Amino acid sequence: MKEEIIVSGRLNPTIDPILNVWHWEIPLYLFVGGLVAGILFFSAFFTLKGESDKFHFTTKIAPMFAPLLLTIGLIALFLDLSHKLYFWQLYTNIRWESPMSWGAWTLMLIMPLSVLWSLSWINDLFPKWNWKFNFIIIMNSYIILYRKVIAWALIILSIILGMYTGILLSAFNARPFWNSAIMGPLFLTSGLSASASIILLFSKSKIEKHLFTKIDLMLIIVELFFIVHLFMGYLAGTKVHIEAADLFLGGVYTAPFWIFVVIFGLVFPLILEIMELKGKSIPAIITTSLVLFGSLMLRFIVVEAGQFSRWLY
Amino acid sequence: MRYAMAIDTKKCIGCSDCVVACQVENNVPIGYCRDWVVEATSGTYPELFMELRSERCNHCSNAPCVRCCPTEASHYGMGGIVLVDPDECIGCKACIVSCPYDARFVHPEGYVDKCTFCIHKVEKGENPACVDVCPTKCMYFGDTDDPNSEISKLLKKRKWKTLIPEAGTEPNIYYLT
Repeated sequence: MKEEIIVSGRLNPTIDPILNVWHWEIPLYLFVGGLVAGILFFSAFFTLKGESDKFHFTTKIAPMFAPLLLTIGLIALFLDLSHKLYFWQLYTNIRWESPMSWGAWTLMLIMPLSVLWSLSWINDLFPKWNWKFNFIIIMNSYIILYRKVIAWALIILSIILGMYTGILLSAFNARPFWNSAIMGPLFLTSGLSASASIILLFSKSKIEKHLFTKIDLMLIIVELFFIVHLFMGYLAGTKVHIEAADLFLGGVYTAPFWIFVVIFGLVFPLILEIMELKGKSIPAIITTSLVLFGSLMLRFIVVEAGQFSRWLY
Repeated sequence: MRYAMAIDTKKCIGCSDCVVACQVENNVPIGYCRDWVVEATSGTYPELFMELRSERCNHCSNAPCVRCCPTEASHYGMGGIVLVDPDECIGCKACIVSCPYDARFVHPEGYVDKCTFCIHKVEKGENPACVDVCPTKCMYFGDTDDPNSEISKLLKKRKWKTLIPEAGTEPNIYYLT
């Protein structure tokens, strides 16, 4: 057997011995980004279907959280930057090849749109709301007039946002564990599932709850399928990809990933939702907390494990 | 023009003079390095083989750090040298994770830093500091597009390898073996 021992004189902070440049800010942002993508997607989708009254919480109330959550995500992203005062350089360049640039521009568009979108529902939620100034009333009526256009824009942008949270990682060939095209769809599904579980928790309508239990159940099954697919892809890959998968199949991330993400975050909610659909009454708070916890852990573990995995030479 | 470096692993003694020369020439902050020496031992006792390599940014022709940079701070300079413009760098660290060689780091001032092939010297027709200082003269710097350059002739004559060619980055540091 050929063995190789490498002794390197390099010891750059946060690079050696194990790369650790992205900390809690990035996974938190990826989680919030996915959640917002899901909230806005469902809201725009049911509005376009003309069911905004039937799904009151999904279309009208949930989007109120979107700008707030996005702000938390943006603050986290800003905190991650090490050369903060130059952040505006993101918006003097458009780089098609850079996922980071896609993300920056998507956020630039989706942030104001999510504010407009929530504003357009204020009158529905608070009929006695006093806008005080006439020009705001006129502006608001314009937003409501163009609601369909905004909804279509939100559908496209929210899919880009949800997908990009995974592509941001999968685009890095240098980190074998991230380097799978499944990451984008996996993170999108996980984001949609997290937002569906939020709706499940806060909605007061039985029809809405029932539908979103079904939607979340489906999304969880898709997610489980993607996870199996992810590992099968790695195991059929090159040596470095097999080593990256081994981190989860006996290596250091085995216990946290399979227990926190798969069992707590996916399998338990799956069982609870099946029981719910069979007519058993399960407190939504349990299902929702499990889904949100699993979704957050997925991002934390994947971001860390990706930095742990590497090419060897 | 395509600047590249060839390093003779048969002549390198692993003295780390290149590392010190770089730190002095480029005022690299204490505790950091833009180049480093790797000692790779392979085989099974008693049949062991040791290779010493002075490593640095590979100034790849297909550089993932340049592709993933959202602000064009990472860019190709003269002769394909990969550079970072500190005034454009936001410190998102995407380039650091995109580099399979881990050649980059965050400078204490916030921007991302790495080997520049001593472009300030190369522009004046001089060699990078590490090449100049090497006591065994095992490092060669030059233009691989010019068939008459010393480096081109060496690469034709000698056996060589690059690091992680399978990552597809087309590195421009050649190790003569």
